[in-house]
Amino acid sequence: MAAVEKIIENRIDDKTTDSKALKWVGTRAPRPDGVDKVTGRAKFGADTHLPNMLIGKVLRSPHAHARILSIDPSAALALPGVKAVVTRDDFPDQPAGAVQPAGEMIINYRDMTRNIMAREKALYEGHAVAAVAAVSDRVAGQALTLIKVDYEVLPHVIDVDEAMGADAPLIQEDLITEGMDPAPEKPSNIAKRVEFGHGDIETGFSQAQVVIEREFKTRPVHQGYIEPHACLASFSEDGQADLWCSTQGHYVARGHCATLLGMDVSKLRVTSSEIGGGFGGKTVVYLEPVALALSRKACQPVKMVMTRDEVFRASGPACGTSMQVRIGATREGKITAGDATLKFQAGAFAGSPVPAAAMCAFAPYDLEHVRSVGYDVLVNRPKVAAYRAPGAPLGEYAVESVIDELAKALELDPIEFRLLNAVREGVDSSYGPKFGPIGCIQTLEAARDHDHYQTPLGSGQGRGVATGYWFNIGGQTSATLNLSEDGSVALVVGTPDIGGSRASLAMMTAETLGIELDKVRPLVGDTSALGYNMLTGGSRVTFAGGIAVVGAAEDLIRQLCERAALTWDLPLDDVEWIEGEARPANGRAGSEAPMSMAEIAKDMAKSGGPIVGRHSTNAQGAGPSFGTHVVDVDVDRETGRVSVTRYTVVQDAGKAIHPGYVEGQYQGGAVQGIGWALNEEYIYDEKGKIENAGFLDYRVPVCSDVPMIDTVIVEVPNPEHPYGVRGVGETPIVPPLAAISNAVENALGIRFTELPMSPPRVLAAIEQAG
Amino acid sequence: MSEYSRRVQVTINAREHEIDCEPRQSLLELLRDGLQLTGSKEGCNDGNCGACAVILEGKCVLSCCVLAVEVDGAIIETIEGLSDGLELHPLQSAFLQETALQCGYCTPGLIMAAKDLLSHEPNPSESRIRHWLANNLCRCTGYDRIIKAVKKAGETIAASHE
Repeated sequence: MAAVEKIIENRIDDKTTDSKALKWVGTRAPRPDGVDKVTGRAKFGADTHLPNMLIGKVLRSPHAHARILSIDPSAALALPGVKAVVTRDDFPDQPAGAVQPAGEMIINYRDMTRNIMAREKALYEGHAVAAVAAVSDRVAGQALTLIKVDYEVLPHVIDVDEAMGADAPLIQEDLITEGMDPAPEKPSNIAKRVEFGHGDIETGFSQAQVVIEREFKTRPVHQGYIEPHACLASFSEDGQADLWCSTQGHYVARGHCATLLGMDVSKLRVTSSEIGGGFGGKTVVYLEPVALALSRKACQPVKMVMTRDEVFRASGPACGTSMQVRIGATREGKITAGDATLKFQAGAFAGSPVPAAAMCAFAPYDLEHVRSVGYDVLVNRPKVAAYRAPGAPLGEYAVESVIDELAKALELDPIEFRLLNAVREGVDSSYGPKFGPIGCIQTLEAARDHDHYQTPLGSGQGRGVATGYWFNIGGQTSATLNLSEDGSVALVVGTPDIGGSRASLAMMTAETLGIELDKVRPLVGDTSALGYNMLTGGSRVTFAGGIAVVGAAEDLIRQLCERAALTWDLPLDDVEWIEGEARPANGRAGSEAPMSMAEIAKDMAKSGGPIVGRHSTNAQGAGPSFGTHVVDVDVDRETGRVSVTRYTVVQDAGKAIHPGYVEGQYQGGAVQGIGWALNEEYIYDEKGKIENAGFLDYRVPVCSDVPMIDTVIVEVPNPEHPYGVRGVGETPIVPPLAAISNAVENALGIRFTELPMSPPRVLAAIEQAG
Repeated sequence: MSEYSRRVQVTINAREHEIDCEPRQSLLELLRDGLQLTGSKEGCNDGNCGACAVILEGKCVLSCCVLAVEVDGAIIETIEGLSDGLELHPLQSAFLQETALQCGYCTPGLIMAAKDLLSHEPNPSESRIRHWLANNLCRCTGYDRIIKAVKKAGETIAASHE
């Protein structure tokens, strides 16, 4: 099945994407980091070595919940080759209430210091309790066995509904739920309640002729990046330090580490390595502050790399949930009310993505009466990290499943039912703000008209559809363009490149400057190289980074024109920049031969010295993105295995700077969603220990599991971006869970309300249905 | 090095090496830590992700599951040896042209596994490629473009033999 590569042009007039032909933006140009990555040259987190480097390893709690009575590292320290041990005593405690936003999650340093190294209690299996630096991996491993930790094992709780029960063991003994009026008097595991919506729910339901209410349960999953967390830390005698690590945000990591270690932020320089996948899981720190603390104590560089087992037990995870959704509609198919209650595992510390999930749950629909309530619930798991459109796939899974059932009950085509209720420009979103230009209807129509949707199903197959939404974000971003003496430029950005952002940022730079793409060399600078940068996440880099590089290019052009004006002895207003050259303009047009960047650069010493274009911004105006997925499945009635036989992703990109990598985001997100829907889940034993902490038993999709993924790029430009970009990375993982569940229902006539729909669950349901 | 360490002679990417190895060391550790050939990646260290795939005596193996002392006298190819420094191997070119990578971490293992396949079967079907590469995890791309790249590289290699 050949992928359909169709770009739907839906341009609106705006300041830059008018009829002007674009030379680089929208092409499939080669990526500047590509050769390094196919030749093995690219340096990832574990690929850097330093002389005299020690190896660090972490001792982890074998218990899901235990008070730490004492830690005795003396025998480990006596082992030859051991250079340092750190425990809770090596990290200063952080004040309560020290909360700050960082990327997609809220950071609370009192919690963070406890997550990277247990203090009073070990709060999950795999929680770091101590760490060792030694001359070799073998000696460090041996030293871990010599650290004596005295635990008092406590009752634990993993399941979110059980954790909300009145007699559940308390993870934090003094936690009073936020967001309740009146505030509860007793502590519980419920960290926070949030509510979004408008209108009056019961009025809405009273207008409905059909109401469907369902309860859903989803198991916790992991982002599953292939590169384990890795870093190398080196502290100097003067208190300055260097850190190399695989991270989605080296500025953010710098701030976290400096705070946790009690050092000045500028004394720490962080260099982001190439990053082997993150999906939100590398927006936080685990090993980095520990490696720095070990290096400070040992006065030698310390390298730390997680094993895959540690990655599963002690990093990243995403939440498991319990959700209730009720939606009512008229006979004609108009939705009158939507109500959702979402309960999300936060892990051992507050801060699940339940607010985002509650905001996104009903976002595709224009509703007069809508409410979504979220609960952030502590359980004995690591604090959840962001995972691609954090929270949105879960809430939208529940809502889109009920939408599908309603369409069936009303005997309406599922896409037509959605179109009857879809949001458009000018509508108040279900969570508050009014929508600007959006492509919800366009993606639904493109899905409906696609060959996939029009092709009849094979015998026994099922087809499902779902729509998904993600906000996309902007945020603080800096870029610098250093003009070289031959007229080529080095583009320095501060956002680690996960999926081709050096390519897209260089393309927008070359486009704006009007020069050849290979004259722009994009690099990710370290934290001392340029102003602050928020992390790579939220689908923000091509949006916010695009604004920064276009701003830097415009700054460079202004200076190039100034130099030309000086050379020609013309007023600046009589110089213009066209196709990569300064030209006399207005009445002076044609009076001088144009000056190229190379010519201006060659003489820059004479005309005023080095030329550097800069732009720093806190980018606002991110364009929300909708996607609609269509999926066909086959279900093996004897084994319960669900096979995806055809899959089409339709999504509004705003503007695809590099269509190849936009399609790649669509395809990758869809396949991660396939894994989430059909196989992936953490399995815990009765003691709260993980039974499947490896790729053999936590099964992510392999290439024989999936078909080609067709893609359709819809382009409804975002007027707040110079080229119309919305951001594309996250929305693709939102629709698959519901789309696949709806397809399985279509094939079997059985509605699944639990994920994953793994073969044992599907087989049991088939047998029960008889 | 412990008292049990043993000298291993091995030819990697046409260059001979002699290196002391501990009996517990894997071939992946020998490559990465002993010789700083960090193109081969560790994703799981238990044979379930394929990021460490190399070619040992003409056959694709997972270097995390081979002991270093086992390769004494052997000929090994790693990702670092695929390009001659002037021209990329057809698989490398095809991965770039087909945008078959995002983060690039799984890419070396995928290319080495695919090289083994194409050396026997220059024109494999989509299904054959999917089953051959089923031990190489990629979390970014959804595999679509990887399959296309391997097919394209096979065609290039077949054409060059005509």
